[in-house]
Amino acid sequence: MSLAESLSAQLREEEIIQCMRCGFCLSACPTYKLYGREANSPRGRIALANAVLRGEIPLNDITLPLDQCIGCRACETACPAGVHYGTILEAARSTNERSRPRGVFARLFRKVAFEWILGTPGGIKLAGFGLWFWQATGLATVIRGTGLVKAIAGAAAADLDRAMPAAPSPAVRRAGGGMGTVFPAVGPKRARAAFFTGCIMEMAFYQENRDSIRLLQAVGCEVVIVPGQGCCGAVHTHAGEEPLAYEQAKRNIAAFEAETGADFIVLSAGGCGAALKEYKLWFQQDQQWALRAAAFSAKVKDLSEVLVAMGPLPLKERKGRLTYQDSCHLRNVQKVVSQPRQLLTAIPGGEFVELPGADGCCGAGGIYNVTQPETANHLGNEKIDRLQQTGATTLVVTNPPCQLHMQASLMRSGLDQRGVAVKHIATVLCEALDREESQ
Amino acid sequence: MGDSALVKALRAIVGEQNVLATPADLAAYAYDATPLYKSLPDVVVFPGSTADVQAVVRLAAALKTPVVPRGSGTNLSGGTVPLAGGIVLVMTRMSQILEIDAANLTAIVQPGVNTALLSRTVEAQGLFYPPDPGSMVISTIGGNVAENAGGLRGLKYGVTRDYVMGLEAVLANGDVLRTGGKNAKDVAGYDLTRLLVGSEGTLAVITEVTVKLIPKPETKRTALAIFDDLEAAARTVARIIAGKIIPVTLEFMDRGTINSVEDFAKVGLPRDAEAVLLIEQDGAPVVADADIIQIGRICREEGAREVKVAATVEEGTKLAEARRFALSALARKSPTCVLEDATVPRSRLAEMVRFIGETAKKYNIEICTFGHAGDGNLHPTCPTDERNHEEIERVEKAFAEIFAKAIELGGTITGEHGVGLAKQDYLEWKCGAPGVEMMRRLKDAFDPAGILNPGKVLPGSRNRLVVRAK
Repeated sequence: MSLAESLSAQLREEEIIQCMRCGFCLSACPTYKLYGREANSPRGRIALANAVLRGEIPLNDITLPLDQCIGCRACETACPAGVHYGTILEAARSTNERSRPRGVFARLFRKVAFEWILGTPGGIKLAGFGLWFWQATGLATVIRGTGLVKAIAGAAAADLDRAMPAAPSPAVRRAGGGMGTVFPAVGPKRARAAFFTGCIMEMAFYQENRDSIRLLQAVGCEVVIVPGQGCCGAVHTHAGEEPLAYEQAKRNIAAFEAETGADFIVLSAGGCGAALKEYKLWFQQDQQWALRAAAFSAKVKDLSEVLVAMGPLPLKERKGRLTYQDSCHLRNVQKVVSQPRQLLTAIPGGEFVELPGADGCCGAGGIYNVTQPETANHLGNEKIDRLQQTGATTLVVTNPPCQLHMQASLMRSGLDQRGVAVKHIATVLCEALDREESQ
Repeated sequence: MGDSALVKALRAIVGEQNVLATPADLAAYAYDATPLYKSLPDVVVFPGSTADVQAVVRLAAALKTPVVPRGSGTNLSGGTVPLAGGIVLVMTRMSQILEIDAANLTAIVQPGVNTALLSRTVEAQGLFYPPDPGSMVISTIGGNVAENAGGLRGLKYGVTRDYVMGLEAVLANGDVLRTGGKNAKDVAGYDLTRLLVGSEGTLAVITEVTVKLIPKPETKRTALAIFDDLEAAARTVARIIAGKIIPVTLEFMDRGTINSVEDFAKVGLPRDAEAVLLIEQDGAPVVADADIIQIGRICREEGAREVKVAATVEEGTKLAEARRFALSALARKSPTCVLEDATVPRSRLAEMVRFIGETAKKYNIEICTFGHAGDGNLHPTCPTDERNHEEIERVEKAFAEIFAKAIELGGTITGEHGVGLAKQDYLEWKCGAPGVEMMRRLKDAFDPAGILNPGKVLPGSRNRLVVRAK
């Protein structure tokens, strides 16, 4: 294969040339709306990938425009030509990453984060322990006080560290059930659900995962946490680490194939769900894995899809005004829009109001809020302003990066001190769950 | 590579952050929505005021550097491709709606105001800005004026030109020209407003627009007439108009278009029909209802297999929105999509549709046709592949024949997309040698040094796939 041919394959030329540059995507793009620059638009980024392909500009010239994309994929919903922007973006990032000069520390950091921690189930478990140790021993409080987190990891990471919920102790984790645990259905068993825990979700949002399982039980699901699963790989694709992403996917596909009795695979993280549902696209060209990936993807459902289809949940009164921020990947990729709203509207005694612009990205973008904090925080602050206008006391989210980013934005604004909270949809629904009827 | 003197001078005028000159930024302003054209600018500038534009144009005049004004870059004739390099002047920072005057029924806007935003804003006050080009979700008023954009409501309400009452524009020497204003009547001298509308950035840089508004129609009714015969649909259009009904919208889509649109929009278009007419009428409920009933009758008399009337305004809007996606949806069919906009008098529409079909067969290419049938404005669109040079040649020959036929039928080479780069070869067919010569003299009078969007409109500089090496 010649260099030009391999670049054409790597950059997915057949997808790139589907774009006819009509510009409709510009109206949906959060970074174009913010900066008004063509290179910050989906049409612009595709044109740049095309220019690289034609040898008009070198690959390294498009690093910045690629880095500045949040990857929310709202452009795909606006594109009448059906261009798969996500595929183009991930291919360009991955090609770019391979030729990108990085310092020793950056390379080491990426190796630790993407391969050692997020790359194995054991790494995820260890990181969960590490997070608890950091918080519970008071180490976090001491070191945060010195400003060391900010100095080493930057202000954005320090914000997110503070926004992190309290991690469960090893004892709580043991009691709450881990890999291989089966949770019985409440009442007659109507389905068996294979639960996908995720990496960050299981490390930092352990309770949200357990709340999700509890809700599934309440609608008659027997839930199993399938052993051998790991990270979904989405974070790797965001970072241009495509081969590592495929490794994660293969591990998960194999793990869930071993669980033959499940009716579906369910999870409560919008971004991870989008990746799982797209495994079928990741392996489209791979003869060995294409069918297995397609079978896996076909079984994946978001928590809200299952709860609406199998509901209603036995709910009691939960007062207070609620509003909801879409997870971009739940909305734009999974096309799950109405279900979370239906669930929230159904809570007795509550009041659901629509957040203006809820379909627009909050800026979290997986790891975007760490790599591009300025843009991310700008979008986050805008969300908080709109949240304030709704008068809601709870902002409901469905994806861990959004939850962390919204929590950090809330803390920056000081609204958290005035009774406003960011909560996962599973938390809110569990607060309203009728304990007697769901035992 | 250090920044050139030009870049430094521009930064001094509009500020550091409003000048782009990295290779990636330049590559991102080398194109617009027209297939096959690409050319790099030397620098991209975002002016924030009329004074900024004046200073940039004066600098460009001194350096004899081209200036190419641009909105969102959605035009379909290569009008904003910086053919000779130079400065791309992006007007999107000037995006204020300066005034809505309900007493005079006018609005004053900066050129970077988004068309859909202006529509929504005036409609919230019970007013109406009718021009609605296909790309209005992202297009700008300045771009619409420069291209004299049409749209789906052109049949009843006219095009952008009919709603521009006055302009502020920066001339090639940096002076500010003001034309027209809020007056319903104004015959003071030559009509420079109309001259600048549709001048494609070749005569002056538009910096402010006074638009005409009208009261918002009470309601709207939408119908879809389904045909098993292409020409019957085309004939129906002329019959409706001859029946002394002017609908707001009378859109035509052939089978290829129907299926592409349905793939994207999923609004229930009949995939097996040869053609559909999308018809909208607005006004007082009784009037709109009566017109739609009458139109339905004519459609059936001409052989429509079915006429569906939308049950609600929302359902109708969904259908009309779906039509808006026709062009981009056709792009699904193949990598490159060559779109033209030959236009004929309505009474010749059936002949034109038949000729397009024959020509496609003759050159062994696929042509899908949709368009503003009520205006005689067709968009024959050819899904092709720019990498297949032999096929592209056949496509170009076919379209040359289609343009010649349009002229023969008393029509024109472009109804609403403009000449830009794409139609230069055919301009003389429509305007004649004296016409083109007079246009040249106008251009010379406005822009003697030829710095404003050089190489556009007037024949002589047409080049496809031009990529200038840096």
